[in-house]
Parts: sequence; structure tokens; C-alpha cells
Amino acid sequence: MRIRIEPRAQPSRLMGWLSPLLAVVLTLVTGFLFSAFLGMNPVDAFHAFFVAPVDDLYGLGELGVKAAPLALIAVGLAIGFRSNVWNIGAEGQLTFGALVGGGVALWAYEMEGAWILPAMILAGALGGMAWASIPAFLRTRFNTNEILVSLMLNYVALLCLSYLVHGPWRDPEGFNFPESRLFSESAMLPVILEDTRLHAGALLALVAVGLGWVFVKKSFIGYQMQVAGLADTAARYAGFNRKRMIWMGLLIGGAAAGIAGLCEVAGPIGQLLPSVSPGYGYAAIIVAFVGRLHPVGILLASLLMSLLYLGGESAQMELGLPSAVTGVFQGVLLFYLLAADLFINFRIRGATPQGLRSPSKPAEASS
Amino acid sequence: MSSMKRRTSLKVLCAAAAVMMAGGALADDPLKIGFVYVSPIGDAGWTYQHEQGRQAMQEALGAKVESKYIEDVPEGGESERVIRQFAADGYGLVFTTSFGYMNPTLKVAKRYPKVAFEHATGYKSAKNVGTYVARFYEGRYLAGIVAGGMTKTNVAGYVAAFPIPEVVRGINAFTQGMRSVNPDAEVKVIWTSSWFDPGRESEAADVLIAQGADVVTHHTDSTAVVQAAEEKGVWAVGYHSDMSSYGPKAQLTAVRHHWGDFYTKTAQQVLDGTWKSENVWGGIKEGMIDIAPLNEAVPEDLVKQMAAAEAGIRDGTLHPFQGPVKNQAGEIIIPEGEVMTDDQMVKMEYYVEGVQGNLPD
Repeated sequence: MRIRIEPRAQPSRLMGWLSPLLAVVLTLVTGFLFSAFLGMNPVDAFHAFFVAPVDDLYGLGELGVKAAPLALIAVGLAIGFRSNVWNIGAEGQLTFGALVGGGVALWAYEMEGAWILPAMILAGALGGMAWASIPAFLRTRFNTNEILVSLMLNYVALLCLSYLVHGPWRDPEGFNFPESRLFSESAMLPVILEDTRLHAGALLALVAVGLGWVFVKKSFIGYQMQVAGLADTAARYAGFNRKRMIWMGLLIGGAAAGIAGLCEVAGPIGQLLPSVSPGYGYAAIIVAFVGRLHPVGILLASLLMSLLYLGGESAQMELGLPSAVTGVFQGVLLFYLLAADLFINFRIRGATPQGLRSPSKPAEASS
Repeated sequence: MSSMKRRTSLKVLCAAAAVMMAGGALADDPLKIGFVYVSPIGDAGWTYQHEQGRQAMQEALGAKVESKYIEDVPEGGESERVIRQFAADGYGLVFTTSFGYMNPTLKVAKRYPKVAFEHATGYKSAKNVGTYVARFYEGRYLAGIVAGGMTKTNVAGYVAAFPIPEVVRGINAFTQGMRSVNPDAEVKVIWTSSWFDPGRESEAADVLIAQGADVVTHHTDSTAVVQAAEEKGVWAVGYHSDMSSYGPKAQLTAVRHHWGDFYTKTAQQVLDGTWKSENVWGGIKEGMIDIAPLNEAVPEDLVKQMAAAEAGIRDGTLHPFQGPVKNQAGEIIIPEGEVMTDDQMVKMEYYVEGVQGNLPD
């Protein structure tokens, strides 16, 4: 018997729901084999990976601390991705948002006032938008490739931040070490769950998910952007303004990433450092696609990514696994998640050899 | 009144139970010790030396301690969770081995006053947070003597990560060492702005060699500079670990870090209940720093010169920054007959005479 993969006439709704489950089952099977191969008890391994990190309130808080920036950035990116605007520069926009917003915090050092935090968040958003406007301008004016421009600007943003914390913004009492002062209390996001690090940035991420849903499902520009993503010529024929969509796609992504960056420095970090993100801007691209570019899917995907990351740490601590092995586990799950999507648009047919197939030709079969 | 009494007696009972439990824990369970590493362990470099130290401690104390590590933990906000996890899981001693863990360590320590923390290379401490760092500059000075004696071009190249005092101190000590045997020696520096970037380190070494350096060294985490020297046929001085397997011909020597004795001693103090937060700064004398076996090409009299300097540092008669120390402009910073104090060394923000170029801000 041979196996054939053939396209479906219609994407399967059933498989749309089943494919993530299939991916999880396959990951469990692979993980089982893998941990048996390494001589571990698979039950312990799964406990360490998926249960231990979130078995107390603090762990749940940490889940939110990591998921919030991922969800926030991915919702913003997805809006661009839906209209084929490929912003790979969220990491740089995050960094620049943290830089501008953190600059406000340093400027307001030891000041009091309820205006400081909102001003910082606004500055963070504007910083991210400013950074995203560079690829937007170059794309709409000179038709440059926004993938390359936005990606390269990641490094430029990092160097800008590095310059500031090594030089003008260095903590004057910090023995020349490349760090800014610690932000004052009034420039820090409040913790929303006592005894954890879960900060108000998580609420901002939830608001962003809601706004993202409204934008995609209810707004006219959101509809236009989706049409442009699915069928560019149709959108042009309908007279939709392509330049406007490119600007929107990049600026929304930039604003979301900038706010996420500000929330990192005004939340868990509390100061400006040479690097303020462990790669959220890149991970959010994966989150956006695992979440199928849908705001609710992205929310779930960000929680999953966050859990994978925490699980990796916990597996190192409980099982003594090297960090590379935990990376393998994470990669396997993401691989299956994307691979299982094949079954939405394709189906597998068991195809028996021609001769045996048709019962209407018994003579041939017997000969 | 009676309810108050009852509450008090309850408190006493609880306290007694707690003491008993703690006592029981001391008697039976091993002391759990956590290590937080900034990079993967690999087979040479900063984190590798800390892992060697952890293993030495584990071996020395055997069943009395149980140690675990987490590698590749990013500095900044991420590390706080890992450090806290150790404290929450009943670890009695946690070593955080990178500068960027300083504020997260202090934050966690505040919440877990009974846990002892030791933070490497930082400048903030607390009642339950000690700091430790090695006098890397002593090893740099000795390596400088070897480099100064071996160079033909009188130019050494130095690949360095960030212009923080610790790194600048190493450059200056190396230069002082070179010029103590070779007054014409000069040191050229290239900054990579990264602790670990083999590609950039290798390029920087190539540039320095092209500019006439026939000895190169580095204050970065990879082995790239030693490898580049091996390829180009010039000398190299390794850092953190002995890197002779990466440059068997090129490596003159290496400045090695040894944390094992310190880790063992600290763990023993916590076991004995005598641990106190301190700022430990150990050097050649304490065995935190040493010099890897010298290359066979180093002539006998240079070996003797280096050994004499090592003995001098060990018994305190020689200091890498003993007067007269001059800055680049030739102004005397430390006059004849004086040595630089630790406070002065901690804030070193200038090059000494013999280093070329300007220190970036």
C-alpha cells in the first residue's frame, strides 16, 4: 500500500482544531522516546517540563511575565503579516521603545507623579513606531525590502542602547559598569498579583489582544489589509491604498513592540541594560504563526511558548538536563505544530496498487 | 489575656518546631547549593572555570553537599526567576556567577533572608549577599612579563569586551608587566562590545597582528584569539582557562581562574553556620589565579624573571601597580614608594603609559 498526500478541495475545519492536538500527542510520543533514550523516567520529565513550572502562584505569575511581551508583540506583528508586510524587526522596535521610554524614566529620576508611567508607555510606543517607520518609509518610497531593512535595524537599535548605557546614561554610582540607574518607584509598573512578578504589562497585553481582534474582525482597514494579504491584485483593483496598509502594518507592530520593551524595563528589569530582551522580538514571530495570526490563537501560543521556556529551566534544575536538550524539546513541539497544519489543506490517502483496487475486474486480479 | 497567652505559647511551639526541623535538616540532609551560569559550560572560558570549581567543591565535600547548576541564563530580568527558584526550593547557598545578576540577586536575597548568596564581580552586597572576585590583574602582570620578553616587534594586541574597570585593570596590568622587562613595549586594544563573539574576536586579532602585534591576548570568553594566533604564527596569552589545546605552538601561557577552593570554603562555612557576607578579592596568594605552564620556547632567564615576580606578588613585596605608575600623558598617578589601593583599582578609568589609543567612554 502506498501513501499519497493530496490537496483538499476545502481547508478542513475539523483538522483546524485537531492539528494542535495532534502536534501535542506527537511531541509527547517523541519526548517519551527521547527521554527513555536518555535514561530518564518520562513521567518525571513531563512533570518537570509542563507541571513543575506552574504548580504554584509564583510560577503562574512567571508564565504571565514571559507570555505578556510575546503576546503583545505577536498581536502587533500579525496585523502586518496578514497583509504581507513582513516586519522582522520587532526586536529592534522593542529595544528602541525601551530606550525612549526608559529615557523618560531616567529623566524623571526621583520625581513623583501619576503622569510618569503613562508618559513612559506613550514614549515606548512612539519609540517603537519611530523605529518601524524607517522600513515603512523606505518600502513605500523606494520599494526596498522591509524584511532586510527591519532585520538589520535590530542591530542598530541594540548598538544605540549599548552606547547610551556605556556612556551618557551610565549609573554615576555604578563603577563604570554598563547599566543605568535603577528606576524610581513611580517609574515602575505596579505588580498586579501579590508575591509574584506579574506586572501591569500583562493587562496591556490582554488589552492589545482585544484591540487586535476588533481591528482584524471589525474595522474596514483591517478588512482591507486582509484582502491585500490574500489577493493583492484584487485589493489593488478595489482601489485599496497599499502604501497606507504598509504604514499601518509596520507602525502597529512597532508600537506594540515598543510598549513591550518599555514594560520589560519598567517591570522585571527596573533599569536600562545593554540588552533588555532575551529575543522576544524573534520568538514573537513564531508565536504569531503558531497562533495562526489570530489574536486569541496568539494569546494561547504565547502561553505555550512561555511554558516551554520555563519548562526548560525547570528541567535543568530538576533533571540536570543541559540547556541544549531543553532546546531540542522546544524545537520538536514547534516543528510538529507547524507540520501538523499540513493536514488542514491536505489529506493523506492510502492508495492501493491499481490492479488490486477495483473489485469489478476480478479476472485481472487472479491472473 | 488568656488568648494572648495561648497565642504566645503557640508561637513558642511553632518556633521550637521550626528550630527542630532546621536542626534535623542540618543533621540529615545535605546542603543544597545552586550555581547560575551566564553561558553554556563548553570546554574553556569563564563559565567552564566556575563549573570546574563546582565539581572540585562537590568532590571535596562529598555527601555533605548537593549542588546543581543552570547554564545559559541571560542577565537582567530573566535571571531573577532562576535565582529565586533555587532559594524557594530550599537551597541554602546560591552562587550567581555573572556581573549582570547583581540586582536580581539582591532582589531575591531580600525575600529569602535565610539563604546565603554569593555574587561574582559585583559591587553591591547585603547581609546575606557576599561578593567575590579574583585579582585577575596579578596574573595579567605575570603574563605581561612573558609577553614583554618574547615580543620582537614590541607591540602586543589586546582584544577586550567592554571598557569596565575590571577589563581596563587587566590591560593596564599586562602593560605594566610588559614594560617591567621591556620599556619600549606598547599595547594596542580593540573592543568587541561582546563577551562572546568568536567571529569578531578572531577578526580583531587579525587586525592587531596586521598592525604589528606579535603577541595577542584577550578579555573575552572564546578561544578565537588563541586560535587566530596559532594560524598566523604569532604568540598568544590565553585567559580564563588553559587554551594550549587551541594553540599548542602559539600559547605562551594563560591566566587561569580557580574557584574550587573558594567554593569549598564558603560551603563549609555555611555548613558550620559561620558564613558571613564578605567582599572576597583573592589573587595568586589565595590560589584564585595562576599562570598556566609556560611554552617551551620561553627562555630560562625569562622563566626565572616571571617566577621571581610571582613570588614577589605572593609574599606582598611586589605589586603590579607600585609607584611610579604613569598615565598615558606621562603624569604620575602613584608616586615612587607607594602602591595603588584597592579603592583606586576598583575605579580605574584610564590607561597607563604604554597603552595606545583612547579609552572609549
